Amino acid sequence: MTDTTTRAAPAVKMAVRALNFYYGKFQALKNIHLDIPANRVTAFIGPSGCGKSTLLRTFNRMFELYPEQRAEGQILLDGEDLLTSRQDVALIRARIGMVFQKPTPFPMSIFDNITFGVKLFESLSRLDLEERVEWALKKAALWDEVKDKLSQSGASLSGGQQQRLCIARGIAIKPELLLLDEPCSALDPISTARIEELIAELKKDYTVIIVTHNMQQAARCSDYTAYMYLGDLVEFGETEQMFFKPGRRETEDYITGRFG
Amino acid sequence: MNIAPETAAGVRRSAFSILAAALGFGHPEFAARARRFARRRYANMIALSLSFAAMLFGVFWLLWILWETLAIGFGSLNLALFTENTPPPNDMGGLANAIYGSFLMAALAAFVGAPVGVLSGIYLAEYNPRGWLAVTVRFVNDLLLSAPSIVIGLFVYAVIVIRFRQFSGWAGAAALALIVIPIVIRTTENMLALIPSSLREAAYALGAPKWKVIVKVTLNAARAGVLTGILLAVARISGETAPLLFTALNNQFWKSGLSGPTASLPVTIFQYAMSPYENWQQLAWAGVFLITLAVLGLNILARLISATRNGSSS
Repeated sequence: MTDTTTRAAPAVKMAVRALNFYYGKFQALKNIHLDIPANRVTAFIGPSGCGKSTLLRTFNRMFELYPEQRAEGQILLDGEDLLTSRQDVALIRARIGMVFQKPTPFPMSIFDNITFGVKLFESLSRLDLEERVEWALKKAALWDEVKDKLSQSGASLSGGQQQRLCIARGIAIKPELLLLDEPCSALDPISTARIEELIAELKKDYTVIIVTHNMQQAARCSDYTAYMYLGDLVEFGETEQMFFKPGRRETEDYITGRFG
Repeated sequence: MNIAPETAAGVRRSAFSILAAALGFGHPEFAARARRFARRRYANMIALSLSFAAMLFGVFWLLWILWETLAIGFGSLNLALFTENTPPPNDMGGLANAIYGSFLMAALAAFVGAPVGVLSGIYLAEYNPRGWLAVTVRFVNDLLLSAPSIVIGLFVYAVIVIRFRQFSGWAGAAALALIVIPIVIRTTENMLALIPSSLREAAYALGAPKWKVIVKVTLNAARAGVLTGILLAVARISGETAPLLFTALNNQFWKSGLSGPTASLPVTIFQYAMSPYENWQQLAWAGVFLITLAVLGLNILARLISATRNGSSS
């Protein structure tokens, strides 16, 4: 851990305490302790299978869809433990947006794709809905490209546009935390650049966590970086520090490509 | 700048030899490689002609069936077919009551069977697909799917016809529904299983409850496949004879409802084709023509539905 006493440390949005995670008998996360700073972008990096996506999927309890997966420990969102919360899991997920590796447009119009999540928890008038759709699409830098074809199927968009549609859908419900699971791995460099600009823009209002295989991407768009390996959180700190003088040898090896 | 023809030829030859050398021609291994390649081409030709012959064999009979149906059936088409009821031997008439009875029974069977099938398919694909109940249902459904339709007819005879001491269109529709259900269960489950789990997760991630994820997202995404399954099931039952033989029986007269023995196209065809009467045989061919046309239409419709779906998702 880096020493952050010299600067004003940002507030903690999410705190992970002693988190263990199991796929059946296989332990995929080992005693993770982590503080996710509010209104910052935190990147999870590490080789395939190190548990970064798994960690992300515990934050909105997505793993509960699969009976053989379970988590132990604490995940505190603003001090409230999500894992033992008696709140309906749907309410928790509504506070945490998620965007997946591959674009997942729903089989409906662009407009309905965005209102799907909004309508679950808010009853807005048609006018307010239209306003919300425009707001979300503008945030996701997609509005100009789709404003004339909102009634078209979401599947008719290009891959990069679909991914931005998914981001718009995720922020339309105004979550507090946005989880991005390798959001650019299926995209070309232009779409990737757009989404990275978008991430920088989003952190004004949201806390963002991004899982990425792309080291440059982590360096470019994150404030904090966590390096994971084989289910352990090896090192966590400010991105600049992690990339220029990592505290641990393993981190340096991975970042400089001398790994394995 | 004219190049003398022999020079041009020389250039071409040398270019060719450079290319040949680059590709490995003239190399000692090349001869062996060429032999292997020739053998592969030979094997390919044999396999291709065999599968082509097999295809021709199948298509030949199919076309012959279609041709006979069309040639003989088309000749006996007339307006009376749709306006008059099945006649006594050696009299004029049509198939109106049989067409109507078939339509009513198939419609009722689809109306009852499709929702049951779709809902069961949803259970198998979305709710605990590996639980003991799902495994059992899937196994029984496979049995039902491959059960001869005459067995289903006999079952309905024993359970409904004997109990109410009457053949009826209701019993016929019940037997047809029992054929529809397993087909629709199977196609619905398969189509839902094709939907990537990332799509489900994306909907759950927004905080959607399970029923909403299924109705709005997964079922919606699989809608073309599910509809196609229902249409194919209807196509299948519109030609079924065995399950109607001892359930709906047959009827020579027009009936508006399904109570009592009810006429249907397949059973009428069965009865009339075996008869010695010329006019009945003509009507049987006309009926065969109508069923073939209806099944063809349903299949084309199913194709169109799944084609538009594929077009929009790409």
